[in-house]
Amino acid sequence: MTDTGTASSPSLDTPGNGEPVLSVRDLKTAFRTGTGWTQIVKGISFDIGARETLAVVGESGSGKSVTALSIMRLLSPETSRIEGSVRLGGRELLTLPEAQMRMVRGGKIGMVFQEAMTSLNPLASVGDQIAEALSIHGRFTGAAAEAEAVRMLERVRIPAAKARARNLPHNLSGGMRQRVMIAMALACKPQLLIADEPTTALDVTIQAQILQLIKELQREEGMGVLFITHDMGVVAEIADRTVVMLGGEVVEQGQTEDIFAAAQSPYTKTLIAAVPRLGSMTGKGQPEHFPVVDRKTGVLRPAESRPDTVDHAGQPVLSVRNLVKRFDLTSGLFGAVHGRVHAVENVSFDLQAGETLSLVGESGCGKSTTGRAIMRLIEPQGGAISIDGTDILALDKARMRDMRRHIQMIFQDPFASLNPRIRVGEAIAEPYLTHKLGTRQEARAVVADLLERVGMDPQVANRYPQQFSGGQRQRICIARALSLSPKVIVADESVSGLDVSIKAQVVNLLLDLQQAFGLSYLFISHDMAVVERMSHRVAVMYLGEIVELGPSAAVFKNPQHPYTKRLISAVPIPDPSRRAQVRKVANDEVRSPIRPADYVPPQRSYREVSPGHVVQEWEGDWKM
Amino acid sequence: MARYLLLRLADAVPTVFLVLLLVFIAMRILPGDPAIAALGDMATTEQLQLFRERMGLNDPLWLQFINFVKGVLTLDFGTSMMSNQSVLGLILYNLPYTIELTIVAMLIGILLGVPLGVIAATNRNKAPDSGVRAFSLIGYAIPDFYLGALLLITFSLNLGWFPINGGGEGFADRMYHVFLPALTLAFVKAAFIGRLTRTSLLEVLSKDYVRTARAKGAKENRVIYGHGLRNALLPITTGLGLSTLATLSGSVAIEMVFNRPGIGKLLISAIAERDYAVIQGGIVVFAMFVVLINLMMDLVYIVVDPRIRMK
Repeated sequence: MTDTGTASSPSLDTPGNGEPVLSVRDLKTAFRTGTGWTQIVKGISFDIGARETLAVVGESGSGKSVTALSIMRLLSPETSRIEGSVRLGGRELLTLPEAQMRMVRGGKIGMVFQEAMTSLNPLASVGDQIAEALSIHGRFTGAAAEAEAVRMLERVRIPAAKARARNLPHNLSGGMRQRVMIAMALACKPQLLIADEPTTALDVTIQAQILQLIKELQREEGMGVLFITHDMGVVAEIADRTVVMLGGEVVEQGQTEDIFAAAQSPYTKTLIAAVPRLGSMTGKGQPEHFPVVDRKTGVLRPAESRPDTVDHAGQPVLSVRNLVKRFDLTSGLFGAVHGRVHAVENVSFDLQAGETLSLVGESGCGKSTTGRAIMRLIEPQGGAISIDGTDILALDKARMRDMRRHIQMIFQDPFASLNPRIRVGEAIAEPYLTHKLGTRQEARAVVADLLERVGMDPQVANRYPQQFSGGQRQRICIARALSLSPKVIVADESVSGLDVSIKAQVVNLLLDLQQAFGLSYLFISHDMAVVERMSHRVAVMYLGEIVELGPSAAVFKNPQHPYTKRLISAVPIPDPSRRAQVRKVANDEVRSPIRPADYVPPQRSYREVSPGHVVQEWEGDWKM
Repeated sequence: MARYLLLRLADAVPTVFLVLLLVFIAMRILPGDPAIAALGDMATTEQLQLFRERMGLNDPLWLQFINFVKGVLTLDFGTSMMSNQSVLGLILYNLPYTIELTIVAMLIGILLGVPLGVIAATNRNKAPDSGVRAFSLIGYAIPDFYLGALLLITFSLNLGWFPINGGGEGFADRMYHVFLPALTLAFVKAAFIGRLTRTSLLEVLSKDYVRTARAKGAKENRVIYGHGLRNALLPITTGLGLSTLATLSGSVAIEMVFNRPGIGKLLISAIAERDYAVIQGGIVVFAMFVVLINLMMDLVYIVVDPRIRMK
């Protein structure tokens, strides 16, 4: 690799002008396992220039995080072995004595991790934690360090920084915590910032804020950034150059624009093809498969158009009217109610046979609560839910159990939703046998058929869940949900935990199954781009209410409600040419649906924008 | 924070009531007639009747219970049938010895246990860790009264370094007398606390924020004590509360072995002599102690967990 050029012009005041800040050569990291050493990173090389952002992108297990930890030498020397060369400003880090390496950590290289909640000490105020970094590296001590910590909090745009500095991490929202992490990492003006999936755990509007912040701070401070992510959309948003990793090796690297325009390796092509693109569905009335790339040849097979699966004439299979679910917040000895979480407030919608309706929104918007209320996993306070014309809220326990045959759920975490001690075949057969739909013999045939349907070998029925990957497990969960031949499937963030290429496969599978069985999906997701691709209609939820509902094409092309607009504009767009543009990002927090006990929800009215596309009238406090 | 304390205090009220009820019921179910126990087999029926009348044993049960609760609230536990001293006086004389035994035992236990746990956790699967684990195993396995007897025979009887019995007079003498019994209890404590500290610290050291501390460039000592042990103190505190309660009950046997005054010894002899008033008073005091220690633990939580303080 000779290309050390940067997208922005190198500035004269950066150390070693023209020299890379970080130069990694033939880095190899191995972990000690029961049987010997397992090579995780298999000899990778790259450079990062001053003011340059390099993205390392790959799926889980590609070795991208291990690469970052190897550079920082944060892996335990007893269980890991690092070889090769890591030079920071010309100085070799891998052979540096531990005492000097400590001064590099936090001093010359700052690091931000994925989970800001668990990455901050829960018992120390955020101000103290930033001040600690300052005093370790002797930049400031005592009161001066505290004052500088407040200044850093201001730099990462935390309002009322002085008061916030005294807060413990659990008093802050997820986005604020990540800002604190960034403030801490940048406190000592490092030459390099390593950000390991810093936005993966955040809501999409907060992700947009944090990406914007990192870009701005980089412009101000002039540091190099090593940005680790699995999301090609984020890559396009932030990276000057990109390294694509697979199985511990670099499969491709180059200018981000070049990679998006003409990826060379089939794997990179797969990744890019699997990135959901907001707006790619414009003008298409129907959901569509993700295009499939042949992993060997790299040939892209575009998605075929899909027939209309929706039964427009019949009565809706699922009908929800004025659904309300509130959770009391109690306090004191006698449990006086001092407030309520208005999780779901007056939600109504219909779902036709063969249709996909998506509920989208950010954390706390009530989309999952809606799904669970429909399954009657929680009892709603008000409203009506009918399946195939039967009011399910009126059913007793036994009849409700029967009714669950028609409505099944797939959850987010395929690891937690399969019992590790039950063979997958038994897991799939269990609902079938519980509902006495047939004999064990018949169940076996059903299991084999379902496994084949979800693209797996029927032979695997005898295996245990831990023998499968996340994507395979989610297929098993889908097979289990299908074993009762339900009419409606509630899919709660069912593809959110999966790697991009796996995500695309599972979405394609769900679309195939809908076509084959005439299934209706209530697809609950925060991922706007996936939603656009696979739904017929979309309902946008905000603070427990549906603020906009309509055909997918109409909502995405012509969003009306300010919140829908904000949500759509926050989605990272896999188009590197737009990177230079500074996007307007509202710095607001996601608001809380907690209200005082005597709160009476206002009467809402809806306006019809076009046939089937309705939007809630909003009050004046919305600014974009 | 004041609210938190008030709530904790309010929580204790039903506990105390339940304890009183249990003690009361237990005393009535216990075999043996208190009148016969007090007056002896030779007493006439009239004498027994008169005694029962005077002690209120003929009243309906609910009235007896009310009188009992009233007595407890006014700290009037009655008089010992054996020594004719007031039960309160007996308790007040014996209580300080039990308290000092418990406190000294806990202090030695913490001072030994926490460092042992830290050494074990920071040298995981190495020689020091194995040593601490072996020590813990012995501490768990050995009964405290047996260990007490061994120490007593070795250091008091054979070597003559420590007194054989009694509680001592004056601070220095009392500390001298309490040392060996406290050490006995502390040995078991240290085994428990050491193991608890090891487990908690190991768990905390694998947390993300410990990695963050290292990524900041913090020295290893700062990482282990400033971030690690500071957070590990939460589960350790919970363990300490339980352990203090165990020390308290352990003191019963130890007071017998070392023949020193204390609530435990008072109780054992009262049970042997069927001195009902003393048993009742002693158990109530013991139970109050348990409630008090739980309250104190809640206070300690406020110190170690700033999240409670900020509420």
